[in-house]
Amino acid sequence: MAVTSAPDAPAEAATRQIFMSQALHEALDEEMARDPNVFVMGEEVGIWGGAYNVTAGLLEKWGEARIIDTPISEAAIGGAAVGAAVTGCRPVAEFMYSDFMGIAMDQIVNQAAKNRYMFGGAAKLPITYRAPFGAGTGNAAQHTQSLEAWFAHVPGLKVVTCSSPHDAKGLLKSSIREDNVVVFFEHKAIYSMRGPVPEDEYTIPLGMADVKREGSDVSVVTYARQVHYALEAAEQLAGEGIDVEVVDVRTLYPLDVDTILASVHKTNHAVVVYEAARFGGFGAEIASQIQEHGFDDLDAPVLRVAGSHSPIPFSEPLEKGAIPDPERIAAAVRESLQGSR
Amino acid sequence: MYRTMRRIRRFEEAAEVAYRAAKMRGALHFYIGEEATATGVCAALNEGDFITSTHRGHGHCIAKGARLDKMMAELYGRTTGYCGGKGGSMHIADVASGNLGANGIVGAGVPIAVGAALGSKLRNDGKVTVCFFGDAAGPTGAFHEGVNMGSVLNVPVVFVCENNQYGMATHTEYANAAPVGDRGPAYGMPSERIDGNDVFQVYERAKVAIDRARDGEGPTLIEAVTYRQKGHTIHDSKGYRDEEEIAKWIAQDPIERFKRAVLEAKALTENDMQAIDDEVEEAITQAEEFAEASPWPTLDAIEQDVYV
Ligand SMILES: Cc1ncc(C[n+]2csc(CCOP(=O)(O)OP(=O)(O)O)c2C)c(N)n1
Ligand SMILES: [Mg+2]
Repeated sequence: MAVTSAPDAPAEAATRQIFMSQALHEALDEEMARDPNVFVMGEEVGIWGGAYNVTAGLLEKWGEARIIDTPISEAAIGGAAVGAAVTGCRPVAEFMYSDFMGIAMDQIVNQAAKNRYMFGGAAKLPITYRAPFGAGTGNAAQHTQSLEAWFAHVPGLKVVTCSSPHDAKGLLKSSIREDNVVVFFEHKAIYSMRGPVPEDEYTIPLGMADVKREGSDVSVVTYARQVHYALEAAEQLAGEGIDVEVVDVRTLYPLDVDTILASVHKTNHAVVVYEAARFGGFGAEIASQIQEHGFDDLDAPVLRVAGSHSPIPFSEPLEKGAIPDPERIAAAVRESLQGSR
Repeated sequence: MYRTMRRIRRFEEAAEVAYRAAKMRGALHFYIGEEATATGVCAALNEGDFITSTHRGHGHCIAKGARLDKMMAELYGRTTGYCGGKGGSMHIADVASGNLGANGIVGAGVPIAVGAALGSKLRNDGKVTVCFFGDAAGPTGAFHEGVNMGSVLNVPVVFVCENNQYGMATHTEYANAAPVGDRGPAYGMPSERIDGNDVFQVYERAKVAIDRARDGEGPTLIEAVTYRQKGHTIHDSKGYRDEEEIAKWIAQDPIERFKRAVLEAKALTENDMQAIDDEVEEAITQAEEFAEASPWPTLDAIEQDVYV
């Protein structure tokens, strides 16, 4: 329940401001140095340096044997990770966009997620599948989806997201060290966001939420890019005398229900925010956990602010309108407080 | 065919200018340097035949007869675009003219083309489907499954691989264990490699394959060798290709080659081509004006057309 790390905490001497893409890069680089079984494979991870520059320079440093440019073969990327992992490697397999994971779905869901269980525990699959997700880039319906709920729904997969360079680095390092299959989602609209990252090595354990802003009136529970929108909404609302707490769940599975409940216990109001289509999205799981385990604490129904029931449209006004923004989050917070009166 | 190639070239040049003036967003994948392939292939198709396209789809779309104004409006994200602004450059479709859509998923068009051809076979409508795909779709499962199924079901489809030498920064020889154009025997169909920058050769070879498909003799696999003169997208300024290679291919520019050939054969004069250029220029200007003047979509459009 306790907040174990203080991401974005006051910068100390040994802290730099770096991009999230750089933080992820450092995590990969450090874990490759730490464990020779770690390798990276994916489309354009080598010469190009990764679609979002995360792996830039790693090919030059580590060579073709461990930074592997693959053909456009997502099923083979997903499956090769399984074979390599089960025989002793620790693969980091990158999908250029999470939208392409559909092509690898059998390998991720029927193979990676189930092998250990089906084999009676006699196998270990330390795989990290990395993938950019999310909208806001004008890349239209096949390059902008938020499909995290698909994966969180599959027993055998852990699902991790990150909202800051600090969290990205610490969580990716833990994901690589994790002996289970991790699907690691990076929101593409925040790769170029800067934040403080310590010089010294650190990791952030999976399964721990983080309170990004303390407040007493309403808990906004969210993850990835929407954390920033929630924080913007909180700033706006502070001017109206409403004190918002922002909980970044970070890991979707295992979900840190205790931290969420502790927040709701304090505020008695919950608004869950996620960018994916509202219906059947991961926020529905969060809302359900709150009402099952925190019903007595609630002064109002748990509200959701989420994406439209549509693919992500191309045109800018439509794309903006299809996903949550600070204004809609603020409106839901006000509505939640009204509901209690 | 000259008109079509010029329309493609000038449409994209105009789109690049508009993009850099922040009038559009997202990704733009330019077909510049590859115009002869779409132009030659589509010239061999009948009206009503089908094509499936790719993320680099402007050329296919124009060659299949799309209107420049509605295409430009789509790139601008306006209601008057082919997709009402919902698709953008990477998803332009014009189902009415037989263009079953550009595609953001590499390889995804292959099975779709097989399905369209299967429909033609079932209806016995005499139509042929051409499936355009890039060399980097060669490694996808969708390619293998689609081409194999097209062959075993013996449907009227022609697979046209546009080998522009690269998929992003990856050279085609790195990604493909064997060239796509050599794979016909593996799938029980004829295959050949052709000069994708020679619009006449493309037309002739495509015509043979299309006629064959129309006659019920099954699919053909064509690898058109060409070159992507620009970066992968408008944002690509990476130096993974050497200048010499690019220069060598610019010297093989399909439009310039066409000009040289027709002037030599005295089939067209400079004046003839200038007249076409002027006409294309006017169409481009009109398309830009149309796009600029078109309204933005409103929020009620977001959840429209998700279902019928
Ligand atoms: C299934 C899938 N994987 C990866 C991508 C990302 N991507 C888009 S285009 C491209 C290269 C495609 O190369 P090619 O098929 O040769 O077409 P070209 O761009 O050269 O026209 C890649 C890797 C994608 N869109 N779809
Ligand atoms: Mg290519």
